[in-house]
Amino acid sequence: MWKWLHPYANPETTYHLSDRVIPWFGWLSGSLLTIGLVWALLFAPADYQQGDSFRIFYLHVPAASLSMGIYLGMAIAALCGMVWQLKLSDAAVAALAPVGAVFTAIALFTGAAWGKPMWGTWWVWDARLTSELVLLFLYLGVIAINNAFEDKQMAGKAASIIALVGVINLPIIKYSVEWWNTLHQGATVSKLGKPAMSLEMFWPFVVCFLGFAFFVATVTCIRFKTEILLRNSSRPWVKNLMLEQAE
Amino acid sequence: MQFDSITAFLDMGGYGFFVWLSFGFGFIALLILVLQSKSALKRAKSDIAKRIVTEQKQKLAAQQQNNHR
Repeated sequence: MWKWLHPYANPETTYHLSDRVIPWFGWLSGSLLTIGLVWALLFAPADYQQGDSFRIFYLHVPAASLSMGIYLGMAIAALCGMVWQLKLSDAAVAALAPVGAVFTAIALFTGAAWGKPMWGTWWVWDARLTSELVLLFLYLGVIAINNAFEDKQMAGKAASIIALVGVINLPIIKYSVEWWNTLHQGATVSKLGKPAMSLEMFWPFVVCFLGFAFFVATVTCIRFKTEILLRNSSRPWVKNLMLEQAE
Repeated sequence: MQFDSITAFLDMGGYGFFVWLSFGFGFIALLILVLQSKSALKRAKSDIAKRIVTEQKQKLAAQQQNNHR
């Protein structure tokens, strides 16, 4: 059953696979984001309470949910690395962390810029905001540990442990709006069940979300290639590849 | 279309500053991420290529020394 997966434990095969999918992901992301953002900014109706400030939603919510999704992906990669000793997993963890950190920063920043007009404050130390800030620090920790060791294998192991321990933060972020009293509103869009918003507002959100998701895929593949090259730089296939590209 | 004019669009019903601050930050952050990722890949490739060239030069030099003896 898992046989089709085996070739992708080979860095060379996976490097070439990432190489091939990058243009597809890139174009998909570019077109979906163009359509989605024009739809969201120009055509979606304004919120009856929040007016046009609600349009920040189309950046804030995809960024926030992707910041958690990327973390989950990174933690799964870390787990695979520890259980099956896959070296590629370390490369995946190292590739995902900076992307996740940027999306977390965007979620926090746009949240602040949305909170100011709606709540009257840029920042409060409540559960949702604080746990999302902790997520940013977890990402920064993984990045810092990856850069702190000369030996990539040791760095990968240490970073994976941090990534795994940090998973505890994900349910805290997700349920923070239910467990504690908070300024932050509850979930508007959930995976199961109908969205708690009109479909005119919901569809542009879906397009924006997919656009950002493919953006994540594109950038992650680029970074993944870099990490694979750095970890396999003395292998013959990398040498041949470099010689081919130099010609 | 929700807006009658460009000014109305930029004003965002009075929330223009916050909306454009958010989208501006997002755009710049993602742009920097893409550029940095691309340049890191390029740098990794050129570093590896340079090392291969040095290794080959050293190998060649070692061979020539052996031939002279």
